[in-house]
Amino acid sequence: MKVKIMLTAAALLLVFVFYPYIVPSTFYVSLASQIFIAAIMALSLNLLVGYGGMVSLGHAAYPGVAAYLIIWLSTRGGMDPVSAVLVTMGTVTLMAGLFGLLALRAKGLSFLMITLALGQIVWGVAYRWVSVTGGDNGLSGLVRPAPFGIDLTSGHSFYYFAGICFGLAMFVMYLFVRSPFGASLKGVRDQPARMVALGYNVWMIRYASFIISGFWGGISGVLYAYYHQFISPHAISIANSAEFLLMVIAGGAGTLLGPLVGATLVLVLKNVVSAYVTRWLMLLGIIFVVIVIFLPEGLVPGVERLRLQLKNILRRPGGLSAKCSALTTSVFKSLGIKRGRKS
Amino acid sequence: MNAVAAPALEIKGLCKNFGGMSAITDVNISVAAGERRLLLGPNGAGKTTLFNLITGVLKSDKGTIQSFGRDLTRLPAHRRVHRGIARTFQIITLFDKNTLRHNVVLALMGLQNRRWNPVTRIKNYSDLEEQAENVLARVGLDAIADQPLVQSSYGERRRLEIAMALAQEPRVLLLDEPLAGLSREERRDVQELLGKIPREVTVILIEHDMDVALSFAEKITALYYGEVLLEGTREEVVADPRIREVYLGA
Repeated sequence: MKVKIMLTAAALLLVFVFYPYIVPSTFYVSLASQIFIAAIMALSLNLLVGYGGMVSLGHAAYPGVAAYLIIWLSTRGGMDPVSAVLVTMGTVTLMAGLFGLLALRAKGLSFLMITLALGQIVWGVAYRWVSVTGGDNGLSGLVRPAPFGIDLTSGHSFYYFAGICFGLAMFVMYLFVRSPFGASLKGVRDQPARMVALGYNVWMIRYASFIISGFWGGISGVLYAYYHQFISPHAISIANSAEFLLMVIAGGAGTLLGPLVGATLVLVLKNVVSAYVTRWLMLLGIIFVVIVIFLPEGLVPGVERLRLQLKNILRRPGGLSAKCSALTTSVFKSLGIKRGRKS
Repeated sequence: MNAVAAPALEIKGLCKNFGGMSAITDVNISVAAGERRLLLGPNGAGKTTLFNLITGVLKSDKGTIQSFGRDLTRLPAHRRVHRGIARTFQIITLFDKNTLRHNVVLALMGLQNRRWNPVTRIKNYSDLEEQAENVLARVGLDAIADQPLVQSSYGERRRLEIAMALAQEPRVLLLDEPLAGLSREERRDVQELLGKIPREVTVILIEHDMDVALSFAEKITALYYGEVLLEGTREEVVADPRIREVYLGA
């Protein structure tokens, strides 16, 4: 089992390293960078939605504010990258702390509405506070930094940088979901009343998770800003928040790989399929409906379930043929044909 | 321990209203350390509401709640658990998707600071795993420790719920209808389990199964429309005509 995991990890690492040299054009390299950035965002939202059972519809506010701040501080503020990142992350984490206080007064639908309202306030400020945010034109002019002397200007180097950041986020999340605190958060999602009766501070568990989630949203926003070197109010609109939520739900809320799968699905549709299909949004809608109908738990757990079911069918002696014959019988029956063997 | 000076639970002048309706009115109850107390009362008498007030799930409007001389009245619910108040629910409230062992581990961790640890793998806490195994062995569930809870029977869940409460070594244990919905054999198992609760634990029981409840309880408090109707030893209460009329079908 351990060998299998090691081999999978090694294979993934090889793919990650050589990916830019395999793909036909740099377009796919930058697509992968975008997927990593979106996947970090989806991971952070998954912490709330999947593991905490708190559905937020204003999560684009955290990467949004982070992106605005890092660009503003670096260009107009004249800060060096390290202090700009530190100040940005500190501010976004504080903001998550403040928003958490407001949103966690409620649960369920009311929680969702408060996060939505907070997200819209941030959007409104970005849109209207023209002297600082540039209004509809947004902010631009951010230069990519060179951490440890590694220039991130090229698409390739940024791809590796974003990938490493994603790997780190994934690793932290992996540790988290298996940890006592992760177990507490899942417990609070499933049985809050029982968790209180066992001595857990349910509110504090939710609040801490909310802040952690906001923090990783901020990381994603910083990467977004460095990648695009541009931010506009569009990036923090409700449509974007909904898109992140879609990634989490389509990929599989409450799973480790779901956010990555969901982010890949949405971004591939957005960037690749849209070149061939003008109405790619409609296609996204159709795919989402299909997922909801056939794999309501999301792609990752849904495919796993189908795999297990198939395995069970194959394992049973005569199981597969019995299933097939039952299927054909039912098909024939529905067509009005009586099934029988010719003598 | 000075039991006279510090009762396990001392409730004074407790009131709770829901809107205009008074659910608990001026209730005074004192339960001595180690006592087995039965709460009696028809549906809507306020028994579960009283449990919710003692555990802090509901905030009282008036009155005080003390345990071993320390005031709990303003303490949030989860802090009261750390003071030794444990409970079970009338409707079984457990983690269905998880294994029985994980359920107990959550109970054990609830009182420890490690519950906040966000990096260490929970399964690496071998002491918790072992302790959970012992807890399950005590209620005869160790054979199915690593089975998801969904696969276990109602009676097994009920025993697990009591085991989880006991795993926290509470000083006061509130049991809300632990026999409800159980078959005859399951009742016997749970009754046996109740009999084995250590004497240091003060137990307050809500139960409608009179055979079990009366054999278990030493003192009985009867509630009626949110007020204490009468209180006394088992013999006194059973002999009371009002109680006979309502419960014992005389």
